Amino acid sequence: MNLVPSYNTLIVLAGTSLLGAGAGLAGCFAMLRRQALLGDALAHAGLPGLCLAFWLWGERSLPVLLLGALVSGIAGIMAIAAIGRFTRVKQDAAIGIVLSTFFGAGMVLSRMIQNRVSSGSRAGLDSYNLGKTAGMISTDVYLIGGIALVALIMIVALYKEFKLVSFDPAFARVQGWPATALDLLLTLLVAIMVVIGLPAVGVVLMAAMLILPAAAARFWTDRLGVMLVLSALIGAGIGGLGTLASAQFSLSPAGPVIVLVGTAAFTVSLLIAPRRGVVARVLAETAYHRRLDEQKVLAGLREAEGDEPLAVELPPWRFAATAGRGARRRRAALQRLMVQGFVRPILGGGFSLLPSGQQRADLVERGRKLWVALLLRYPELAHGYAELDAETIDDLLPAKIVAELEADMASAAPEWSP
Amino acid sequence: MNALVQLLTEHRLALWTIAAGSLCSVSCALLGCYLVLRRMSLLGDAISHAVLPGIVIAFLLQGRASLPAFIAAVVVGMLTAYGTESLTALGRVPEDTSMGLIYTSLFALGVFLLTNLARNVDLDPGCVLYGAIELVPLDRQEVWGLEIPRAVVSLGLTAVATLAFVLLLWKELKIISFDPALAQALALRAGLVHYLLMGMIAWVTVASFEAVGSILVIAMLIVPPATAQLLTDRLDRMLLWSVIVGILSSILGYILAARLDTTVAGMMAVVAGCQFTLAALVAPRHGLLGQFVARFLLSLRIVSEDLAAMLYRAEELARRSTSAPLTWARCARALGGGPAAWLSALALRRRGKMQFGPGFRLQLTDAGRESARSLVRAHRLWEAFLVEYFGLPLDHLHAPAERVEHYIGPQLQDRLAAALEHADTDPHGRVIPSAGETPSPPAP
Repeated sequence: MNLVPSYNTLIVLAGTSLLGAGAGLAGCFAMLRRQALLGDALAHAGLPGLCLAFWLWGERSLPVLLLGALVSGIAGIMAIAAIGRFTRVKQDAAIGIVLSTFFGAGMVLSRMIQNRVSSGSRAGLDSYNLGKTAGMISTDVYLIGGIALVALIMIVALYKEFKLVSFDPAFARVQGWPATALDLLLTLLVAIMVVIGLPAVGVVLMAAMLILPAAAARFWTDRLGVMLVLSALIGAGIGGLGTLASAQFSLSPAGPVIVLVGTAAFTVSLLIAPRRGVVARVLAETAYHRRLDEQKVLAGLREAEGDEPLAVELPPWRFAATAGRGARRRRAALQRLMVQGFVRPILGGGFSLLPSGQQRADLVERGRKLWVALLLRYPELAHGYAELDAETIDDLLPAKIVAELEADMASAAPEWSP
Repeated sequence: MNALVQLLTEHRLALWTIAAGSLCSVSCALLGCYLVLRRMSLLGDAISHAVLPGIVIAFLLQGRASLPAFIAAVVVGMLTAYGTESLTALGRVPEDTSMGLIYTSLFALGVFLLTNLARNVDLDPGCVLYGAIELVPLDRQEVWGLEIPRAVVSLGLTAVATLAFVLLLWKELKIISFDPALAQALALRAGLVHYLLMGMIAWVTVASFEAVGSILVIAMLIVPPATAQLLTDRLDRMLLWSVIVGILSSILGYILAARLDTTVAGMMAVVAGCQFTLAALVAPRHGLLGQFVARFLLSLRIVSEDLAAMLYRAEELARRSTSAPLTWARCARALGGGPAAWLSALALRRRGKMQFGPGFRLQLTDAGRESARSLVRAHRLWEAFLVEYFGLPLDHLHAPAERVEHYIGPQLQDRLAAALEHADTDPHGRVIPSAGETPSPPAP
């Protein structure tokens, strides 16, 4: 086992990393514009063009083959658009039709070429289905690197425009941007990236190469710029690691290995990303429910104690001991409140609010009233504040609106008492 | 009879291959209809890719396609549908992205296992991915004393099961395809039917991978139903057409592939695609040609109605004052000229509503005068209505009335007349022809 990569491996490594970075960049836009599966269609539709180019040119020349694939891939996208525009067939079926028919045609052509062309030069056509990185030579890497660079320059130069058409095409059009041209440019960018990826990861798996880095990057940030950089880095990492792994353990073809590395990267992001990750979201949700429980307990105690804040000699209130739905959660909330110093147990059973608890309970009560007032006054805003927390209402609503609501409450107080 | 038997024995290999292809397309075409109608075509694509690891693992364990292989693949297929949904919900990933992620990842896993671990097993990657329908007749087993290829048996069973599935759940499938909300309201267990459908699709995919390979199953799942959708508006006929298109694809695909010496599976996809293109072009109602013809006939009707109305108005004028007779040249100019004007004149004449008088003068026949009067009545009623109810100024009346007159039938005319309290004249002071008036030709 040779741990120092050879020159050939280095070439391949550079190629797949650059490819991953480029695909990561283009993939961000493809994903944001809901075109993730268009990349799949493009990759499949490229096969017949690739075969035809091979047939007509007569030898394996990467630029010519890729140009052929690009042309037929774009023809495929146009066919999808035309089917959607002129017939009643919906887009999903149109993608399926174009994808399968073009791929079938590619297989037919590829078999015919294999039957006719002498065996020496036909090698390599089959590898486009599943990808083969081993055959990569330095000129191929220059080509991939050049195209990735052009993509990068294009994205930097037209960053604002691309952002606008990706997020709000209708607004872009209304503002007078050449939305259609930008749209086509972005699609072309995706198409070129998909096509140059065909030799390395193959027709079937190129879609994964396009969306995996972008989908993984999306978990870590809400900003497009950061997402692009992350996606490019993840893409490069996936390409590089996949190539190394497949070289190290002599696994072939490299395409599936690269994709599986990407799947691992995606899964890790899905799980552990700070805010959008599954673990973080589950934790946040638990904390939210706990806070709600605590608020309920505080409100219950406040009601039981009435307006006498420090009355120790109140009759024992058996709030926590009540059986029935949510009893265990209430008990847990009560325990947390005791640990935090909001509530203390009373001799002879029952619980009482401490001064800090009283304060917090007042805050909760005020928040709840504000919330009700908000719903009454601005019912149309309600869905925007679906998870409104009674304690943080002051942070969420502008001070002006809070003042307005308080005025409402003061003028018609009796109505809102629960 | 002997000739037939001889023919059958001569082409036995070809016939078995075609039979395998047809049985496979029947199952796919039936289930695909529901995918296309529910706009879930790509879920079919996803499942057909995703069952690959199931197939490979079953092969590694069992060495042959068998019941465990089917079960494994069906489970993986249902997991794909479930995984797509839960990834969308759990990770807030857009649905298309999560679908793309899941099936490409599973497919990559399948290829990885296939190319790296399955080297020692009797499983050729090419066969699984692209199918080897040419080899189907070679692997036979005996059923009731007949030598039948194994794949034909399993595909036949699959086709029967699919047919039974569709017939048994006919109502449920129909409702979840066309009105999911109603399915929910009727407590139809739409979710259960959905997952049963996905399971069937996974089954069919597994059964088909030997015939057409796991990549091209999608061609058989989507293309025939989409073609059928262009040919009919009824579900039962759509299923029927879909099956016909599927079977035709297998037959023609085999013949063409044999001629060109190339892959049958690929050719089947290409033939199916060609049939879709043909249907998209020439289907009676939903094809491009059909739509073009319908639009052309509509514009022809409108232009010829305009021509008749023009002649009617000329007759009206002629009754009051002596004006120059309306020659064809003037009419054609007023209609915008070109072939449309000519065709409209010919159409009117062919229907016996108009005749050519001496010197190319156009004359309405009685029938023509009757329909033209109805049109002019609609026009003037609408003008009066616009003034009465919307208070439009006089110079804003003609254009809308000119458009709408072609769509106001006798009943609506009567309602309009009633709403206007049977006014005699339109806002321009012209007489509104009454409904039952017998037309009289102008004095010669």
